[in-house]
Amino acid sequence: MSVTVSIPTPLRSFTGGREAVELTGSTVGEVIDGLLATHGGLKRHLVQEDGRLRNFVNLYLNDTDIRHLDSTDTPVREGDVLTIVPSIAGGRPAVETKEELPRLSHAEVLRYSRHLLLPEVGVEGQRKLKAARVLTIGAGGLGSPLSLYLAAAGVGTIGIVDFDVVDLTNLQRQIVHGTSTLGRSKLESAKARLTDLNPNLNVESHESRLTAENALDIIRQYDIVVDGTDNFPTRYLVNDACVLLDKPNVYGSIFRFEGQASVFYAKEGPCYRCLYSEPPPPGLVPSCAEGGVLGVLPGIIGSIQALETIKLIIGAGDSLIGRLVLFDALKLRFRELKLRKDPSCPICGNHPTIHELIDYEAFCGIGAAPAYQGPEVVAEQLKEERDEKGEDLVLIDVREPHEWEIAHIDGARLIPLGQLPDRIGELDGHAEIVTYCHKGVRSMKALEILRGAGFGKVRSLAGGVDAWASRVEPGMARY
Amino acid sequence: MTLRISEGLLEEIRRQGESAYPAECCGVLAGRVQGNGDKEVVRLAPAVNRRTDDPHRYLIAPDDLRRLETDLRADGLDIVGYYHSHPDHPAVPSGFDTEHAWPWYSYLIVRVEDGRGREAASWTLDDERPVMRSESLEVLSEV
Repeated sequence: MSVTVSIPTPLRSFTGGREAVELTGSTVGEVIDGLLATHGGLKRHLVQEDGRLRNFVNLYLNDTDIRHLDSTDTPVREGDVLTIVPSIAGGRPAVETKEELPRLSHAEVLRYSRHLLLPEVGVEGQRKLKAARVLTIGAGGLGSPLSLYLAAAGVGTIGIVDFDVVDLTNLQRQIVHGTSTLGRSKLESAKARLTDLNPNLNVESHESRLTAENALDIIRQYDIVVDGTDNFPTRYLVNDACVLLDKPNVYGSIFRFEGQASVFYAKEGPCYRCLYSEPPPPGLVPSCAEGGVLGVLPGIIGSIQALETIKLIIGAGDSLIGRLVLFDALKLRFRELKLRKDPSCPICGNHPTIHELIDYEAFCGIGAAPAYQGPEVVAEQLKEERDEKGEDLVLIDVREPHEWEIAHIDGARLIPLGQLPDRIGELDGHAEIVTYCHKGVRSMKALEILRGAGFGKVRSLAGGVDAWASRVEPGMARY
Repeated sequence: MTLRISEGLLEEIRRQGESAYPAECCGVLAGRVQGNGDKEVVRLAPAVNRRTDDPHRYLIAPDDLRRLETDLRADGLDIVGYYHSHPDHPAVPSGFDTEHAWPWYSYLIVRVEDGRGREAASWTLDDERPVMRSESLEVLSEV
């Protein structure tokens, strides 16, 4: 049977602008199947995933709603007209507690005028920002840009957890601090800068390390947590506390030239453990202090975190829940991975085994198996011995070549730690050897390798080239 | 794309939202589509809200819509979109709005705060994804 299907205006872009399509079939269902087969773009708007008609799509055979006939089994006759008629439905969110949002002063209206011009923000969104309480973990590389943008955007309360002081090596990327605040606590320094940017802001300082003991009490006081930490134990701690307290966790991480960002919110999607169920073995993934990081990178990832936080607060757009964004600064490329909730996730899965916070240092293998402890020599002692023994005392620098270029001890020999096992034959097993690195960690690993290969007279320089530069050779560059 | 509506018609939608408060009002934006795809609202056609069980929902039934469409066609007008009010809620589509949105149509939302009509914004369904995008709304003052 040849039937005319009348297409409503909103769907004509899927039929090449045609108001009607001629199709054949013996029932309404067959005609519709034929329509979807020839115009696939209509599918999303007319049928559900199981192939049944969406409940606000109505079909009229001539003048009768097919629900009053035999639905899609209704037979059709030559010349019938099948009309697609929309039901139009909507309405404001049904369940929403209408809390009293704080009002905006005239000065605030002016300050946020560029926000108020956006319908997605508007006065209502700006008042939500003012009412919001956001906790940032860390006032470092990621914490700097994200706290600056949240403060500027008008977030009413920002809590910051940090216990560090501002150091010269921070200022290459931690732009919330400055030369004038060197040596001061990061909390004090950040608070001064943020309240200068926006005096309406209320900064709550938590001057301590985030631990399993205090995490729940601190996080409980906030709506959203933004994780700007640089280590695995804290990252798992923040994740678990957020899952247990039903808080969204806006995640970001950076290393060298690459960064990641996502929103972990177990109520609506996966958590960090769904992505990484186990931490990497300790030492496998170097920290930024060991591996370096391009200063602009945290600016990009931290800004994404600020953006996602603001979207969560005002309820606009599509959040990063269930998506992981990967950024490569050298290629300037963003990639996106879909994340799924892991049904067997130990904390947010169907049968969780974690119901309270655990010992995260132990979970990440830190302190569980004590690192190798070999004999050390302090910088002053090494200086004396070298003056006395000269070249008989072999000094091996196990850092990377680019670190060697920044500074090295005269007369030392460069064998990066990764090459040591292959180049061990270059060394005299009977010689007296001292290994050194930047701060004394890698040189201890080198010691372990050499001892394992049967070297007897090997020691490691305590505190590395950094200790040497500060106490023996003050003119030397430090990093 | 732009939706053009006169200040008078927009005021009329606010008034309908106020009289329906705390429930929602709803209706049809009747008008013409210009060559460049912009839409101009010429007339409002208030519709009966068939949802009586929940004040925060509206439904325009297909029978009502067909009748309206036939009447409008006779006057050379098309349905270019719909309007509804959000009592005590911003003029931003809810998840429910998005879920039920049709492509192409303009969805004009007016916030009614404490019984008083406030700001309006217009939205259309994204071509690719199930999200609503804000659409430029031009309010024409009458001379």
